[in-house]
Amino acid sequence: MSNHEIANPQLGGVEVHGMTRASFILRGTLAAGAVYGLGSVAPFVSQAFAAGGGDAEILNFALTLEYLEADFYTVKGRQVGLSGQARAYASQFSAEESEHVTALTAAIKQLGGTPVKKPTFVFPTSDEKSFLALASTLENTGVGAYNGAGPSIKDKKVLAAAGSIVQIEARHAAAIDLLIGKSPTPNQGFDRPIEQAKVLTAVKPLIKA
Amino acid sequence: MSSPANEQSEQPVPQPAGIVERLVRDDSDRKRFLKMAGAAGATSFGAFVLAACGSSSKSKTAASTAAAPPTTSTAAQNSSTGDLAIVNYALTLEYLETEFYAKVVASGLFTGTVGNLIKDFGAQEQTHVEALKGTAEKLGGTPAAKPEGKFPIQSASQVAHLAYTVENLGASAYLGQAGSIQSPEVLAAALAIHTVEARHAATLGTLVKKSVTPDGAFAKPADMPTVLAAVKPFLA
Repeated sequence: MSNHEIANPQLGGVEVHGMTRASFILRGTLAAGAVYGLGSVAPFVSQAFAAGGGDAEILNFALTLEYLEADFYTVKGRQVGLSGQARAYASQFSAEESEHVTALTAAIKQLGGTPVKKPTFVFPTSDEKSFLALASTLENTGVGAYNGAGPSIKDKKVLAAAGSIVQIEARHAAAIDLLIGKSPTPNQGFDRPIEQAKVLTAVKPLIKA
Repeated sequence: MSSPANEQSEQPVPQPAGIVERLVRDDSDRKRFLKMAGAAGATSFGAFVLAACGSSSKSKTAASTAAAPPTTSTAAQNSSTGDLAIVNYALTLEYLETEFYAKVVASGLFTGTVGNLIKDFGAQEQTHVEALKGTAEKLGGTPAAKPEGKFPIQSASQVAHLAYTVENLGASAYLGQAGSIQSPEVLAAALAIHTVEARHAATLGTLVKKSVTPDGAFAKPADMPTVLAAVKPFLA
């Protein structure tokens, strides 16, 4: 696939090092967003969970995503050196994503599952501008990923918890997008994409092992 | 004044009140809402909103509607009515949001970037109305009638604060229903709208210098009685 077809090149540059299925699905999610745009994330995630595996697996995927976001705001945010509102958001959102990590870890245990270990991440950002651009992409990817996984969740309590978290991801996304002069509603009225592209096969070559 | 209750009474085939099933199952205020079952069963959702909201004080018109024969037991046994009731509940809220934004846009209180955002949000609420109407029909039901709203439009600051409140309420209302929706398609649609309400709320939060995440890391849900009580002042 040639470069001009990459919709979100930054997502293609995010590396996730981990051996779990959750890490693999997260890589695919990021790759789907990189190649086809964030609108393709939700159907990709739906397909990834269509084969089954249960709520614990879905939550492990969510946990992996939250690890990614928490790590991004906490570690990368500090490395990059942010100022003003960007710094304030990074600090606030870092705390909130960390709370998501804690809650999801507990929920997975409650379901009798084993929480995944924190993978290691590499983010292609070096300054405030690229940091905020990736923050926007990651938060919007998070919204699509949770919304895509939602209908596969069996336990209504788990669904309610996921809903409670995805609403925060959407709020983060809007706040960051406003800060960088983008529309806070990139998908207009509906965060579910209409596109049902069969992305799994297409993105596989882009997924780093 | 053309009251929604009167409009409702003209509808030939009333929708059974799946909403009542939800309220009975989920709600702490169940006795009061069980009483409303008759009203909701005999009329459609718009009238139910009026009945529920009017029950505490000025409920004379609602009380007469409530005398209609109850149809709750059949409604409670029909699981598909559950989703329909939720969709019509959401539709009622979206109608109010759409009307609110239309009045705000007409007021001319906002211009420039903020004015454009307000216009976008209003247009998006309108697409929610259309989608929910279509969903209600797909579920074999009758979409809830458009309620008549009334909104205080005084100043840019007051309107922005009100919009922030309304959007946060909308987001919490959708979240409150997520666990009750049976159909995966309806759930996917509700989730798709839910996060857009959240984006609106966060945007307005930045405008009024309030937190974009007023509930912290976990958004709080709101059940139907709470939401209906909160929207009562905005029903004409």
